[in-house]
Amino acid sequence: MNSVTALLMRELRLGTRQGGLGTAIGFLLALIVLVPLSLGPDLALLSRIAPGIMWLGLLLAVLLTSEQIFQQDFEDGSLDLMTMTATPFELIVLAKALAHWFTVGLPLALLAPPLGLMLNIDATQLPTIWAAMLLGSLALSMLAAIGGAVTAGLRRGSLLVSLLILPLYVPVLIFGIAASTSSLAPDTSLPSFAILLAIAMMTLVISPLACAAALKAYLR
Amino acid sequence: MRLIAKDISCERGGRLIFEGLSFTLEAGELLELRGANGAGKSSLLRLIAGLNQSRSGTMVLEDAPPDSSVSELSHYIGHADANKSALTLRQNLDFWAKFLGNGKVEHGLAAFDLDAIADDPARLLSSGQKRRLSLARLAVVSRPLWLLDEPTVGLDQNSVGKLNELLKTHLSEGGMALVATHADLDVKTKKHLTLKARA
Amino acid sequence: MQKFANPHVFVKLATAILPYVWALTAILFVIGLYGALVTSPPDYQQGETVRIIYVHVPASWLALMIYSLMAVFSAVALIFRHPLADAAAKSAAPIGAVFCFLALFTGSVWGKPMWGTWWVWDARLTSMFVLMLLYLGYIAIWRAIDDPHRAASIAAIVALVGAINVPIVKYSVDWWNTLHQPASVFRMSGSTIDKSMLWPLLVMALAYTMLFVALHLVALRGEVFLRKIRNRRLAEVRNK
Repeated sequence: MNSVTALLMRELRLGTRQGGLGTAIGFLLALIVLVPLSLGPDLALLSRIAPGIMWLGLLLAVLLTSEQIFQQDFEDGSLDLMTMTATPFELIVLAKALAHWFTVGLPLALLAPPLGLMLNIDATQLPTIWAAMLLGSLALSMLAAIGGAVTAGLRRGSLLVSLLILPLYVPVLIFGIAASTSSLAPDTSLPSFAILLAIAMMTLVISPLACAAALKAYLR
Repeated sequence: MRLIAKDISCERGGRLIFEGLSFTLEAGELLELRGANGAGKSSLLRLIAGLNQSRSGTMVLEDAPPDSSVSELSHYIGHADANKSALTLRQNLDFWAKFLGNGKVEHGLAAFDLDAIADDPARLLSSGQKRRLSLARLAVVSRPLWLLDEPTVGLDQNSVGKLNELLKTHLSEGGMALVATHADLDVKTKKHLTLKARA
Repeated sequence: MQKFANPHVFVKLATAILPYVWALTAILFVIGLYGALVTSPPDYQQGETVRIIYVHVPASWLALMIYSLMAVFSAVALIFRHPLADAAAKSAAPIGAVFCFLALFTGSVWGKPMWGTWWVWDARLTSMFVLMLLYLGYIAIWRAIDDPHRAASIAAIVALVGAINVPIVKYSVDWWNTLHQPASVFRMSGSTIDKSMLWPLLVMALAYTMLFVALHLVALRGEVFLRKIRNRRLAEVRNK
């Protein structure tokens, strides 16, 4: 297990140094500005759509940083070397995806709801939105990893990654939003969170399998 | 320990690179791989490292620890660096020491005179220094089989000397090495294998 | 299955049975359309426009069925390395995408006289739309990767991950739909399916299936030829 811990530590260190969290936050802010510019500054309207916009911002920001999970290690030969150990490649891949969540997905999930105050988000909803985004962002990072792995060897992958991963994001978005706004409809609260949790758990299993298979196809 | 390859073939991108290749490598031996570009030297090294699969034949490492694949007992140093520019040299080697298991960073730094710049970020390195950092991995973690793809490229005379020293020690301790190179390595017991490009 | 592994055998077989498949397709369409346009009754609410159901519903069934088939082919390609499996998946995708588009288009066209809008975000159409995206992504990944062997493996993984997603999306979109439209439930297939509507629907579904079989055989045969040509070209260029 020391191998995987060493990898996780390195990924966290690299992620915080060159992770692109700053750029992702910038993207989120840019999106927030564009919304009232395109829809008008009517606070009542903004308040209604704010949770949805923040979720869209979160998932797009995570998606756009998905390349960095595997791209560099793929190109500089590190991934090759990582297959030459007794540690299962799936665990290695899981460690990398989790590190991405820690350094990008999770921070964005923490920052997005308060940024939503700029869109007049209902402040009493903040705790539920936080909880939903924390859970959902895990699934988002795991699914983004699949996108990164499947396009690892490709040059102009980013648009293709979006096309491949956005359909996978649909269930996360639907239940994420439902959970986020469930303080208004308490009887849907527990089911939404439960399903969101289930989806996140599923991605924790499926993502390493799919990523390992895809990366091996590119490495061989 | 002995590496025995029988009748292996290699295919990349649907094209047959070589086939029917057989050789034996005993403990303490160095096998020099020669051949024109495209003949398959890199492919062969990657194949032995487990990074490609052979469509035919067998490759066996005799008297190896049980439950260990050839990959786990090999060092592969190819054209790519596997260095992270955001980390220092020490941090780079430290990672491989922990990841590959039981590594000693000091040995790696000493082997290629990297102590002086050990705590500088790797992005400041010249290409020769980057190469030395990659090669330092050989000294950090001990693995019996070395697969080196043109290791001397970009190295100055002094560093080539260091590499030769490292190789000699490795071989004298019973290690094995397969090296693809255009240059001559200063090692006594050498076998040669020349790959010919397929028509 | 093993004897179909030889592309030559497959091409011979496909060419031999194609005329019969086309004939069967034509017959089924004639029967189905007769049932759809002539013998089945107009809906008391929607009038004659309900007849679009005979084009729309089988198309959506086929779109879903073909994606499932692609997933099965992909699994076979990944696990058993059957040489034709990935070609079968690849050639089925554009056909499935067209059926999916047909379902979406007819769904939209049907919506106009019914509700006065060109599009409505009900559960069925929304899920179909996501399925369309899955088809497009799958086709795109094949085109993005140069090495055909690699492309085959990656595309297979994409298809399988997408296949796992399909039921989850269906469930979540249905759920989302009930959240937003608790009262009236718009069902594109009509509130009840009368027996007199059922048999033309099934015949049309069979006709569509036969059409798919015919088109798929043609496409797969074409794919086999394309690969032959590519291999010859490769050998030529690399030996110069």
